[in-house]
Amino acid sequence: MIRSEVLKNLIPIISDQLVVSNIGLPSQELHMLDDQPSNFYMLGTMGLASSIGLGLALAQSAKVIAIDGDGSVLTNFGTLPTIANNIADNFILLIIDNGSYGSTGDQPTYAGRKTSLAKVAEACGCENVIECSAEATPATVKAAIEGNQMTIIVSKCESGNIKVPVIDMDAPVIRDRFMREVARRNA
Amino acid sequence: MSINQKIVADLINNKIEFVTTVPCKQLAGVIDEIDAAKEIYHIPSNKEDEGMGLCAGAYMGGKRSAIIMQNTAIGVTINTLVTLIQYYNIPLPMLISYRGELGEPVACQVEMAVHTKALLAQLNIPTYHFHHPDDVGELDSILKYSFMGKKPVAVLTDASFWQGA
Repeated sequence: MIRSEVLKNLIPIISDQLVVSNIGLPSQELHMLDDQPSNFYMLGTMGLASSIGLGLALAQSAKVIAIDGDGSVLTNFGTLPTIANNIADNFILLIIDNGSYGSTGDQPTYAGRKTSLAKVAEACGCENVIECSAEATPATVKAAIEGNQMTIIVSKCESGNIKVPVIDMDAPVIRDRFMREVARRNA
Repeated sequence: MSINQKIVADLINNKIEFVTTVPCKQLAGVIDEIDAAKEIYHIPSNKEDEGMGLCAGAYMGGKRSAIIMQNTAIGVTINTLVTLIQYYNIPLPMLISYRGELGEPVACQVEMAVHTKALLAQLNIPTYHFHHPDDVGELDSILKYSFMGKKPVAVLTDASFWQGA
C-alpha cells in the first residue's frame, strides 16, 4: 500500500480534524481527496509540518494531526526532542514512512534502510510512539484521536506515487481560511 | 527597569504569548526573563527554522509569537522566511543578537555580520539596528508594525546595545 492509499483510507477518520499537511505530494493528495478549511497545506519549507503542528496544538485546544513524511522528519530531526519536551495532548504526529523522498522521485531515505524513526522518537523522549502497518493506520489514528495523549505514529508503507494536480490556492488564502476554522473551533 | 525587563514587558503588552529561542551569550539575560514570565510560553528550539515553524503554528492557533536568535540564523532560515513566513503573510518579530559588530571578540562572528543587513535587505525584511540602550524605546512600535503588516521584522541588537544595558 502506498501513501496515497493510506491517505485515502484515513479521510473518514481525519476529515473533521485540524490537519497540517507536509509539503509536496502529501498536501496535493489531501487537497485532491478532501479539500476543506480544516486542512493547512504546506506549499514550501520541507521539514516543518511537525513544528507547525506542535505550535498550533500548544496554542489552542482542538486536536491537531500533523501528517509528515520520513524524509521531512529526517531533515528536521530537532523537532522530536522539542515535541517530547513540550507535551501537547491534543497533538498527533503521523509520519507516513515510505522509506523514500516521494515528491522528488522516490530516492531512498535512511528511514527505509537502518534508521528506525520510532526508535529515534522514543530515544528523544516521546512517550507514546506507535509503529504500525499501512493497513492498520486508520485504526491507529482513530484510537489516538479518541485518546487524550500526545501520540507519534509511524506508518510503514510502500514507496510510490499517483498523479495529482498542484495546489493553485494562494498561500495567504490557505492560511486565512485555516485560521478562521481554528478560531471557530475554539470559540 | 532593565533592558531585558523592558523587552519582555513590550512583548507582553503586545500580547505575544509564545516565544521560541535559540541562545546567544548576548541574549542570556532576556531569555531568562522570558522563561520567568508567566504570560509567555517559552519553547526553546534546536534550530531556528524549526522555531519559525513553531511560531507559524502558534500564530495560526491564535497566539502571537516571536523568535529570539543570533544573526548567524539568517543563514539557516532564508528558505523558511521566504516560503513560510512571507509566503503565507505571517507576522514574526525577530529579536536578533547582532554578533560580529564593534566590540566582538570572536573573529568568525564578523563573517556573518558583514552579510546580515545585505541578506535582510535582499529579503525585503524591515530591519532596525539597536546600537544605543535608548534604542529599545522603539521596540513597542516595531512589534505593532510587524503584526499590522503581517510581516517578519528584524531587530538587530549589537554588543554596544547590550553593554550599555
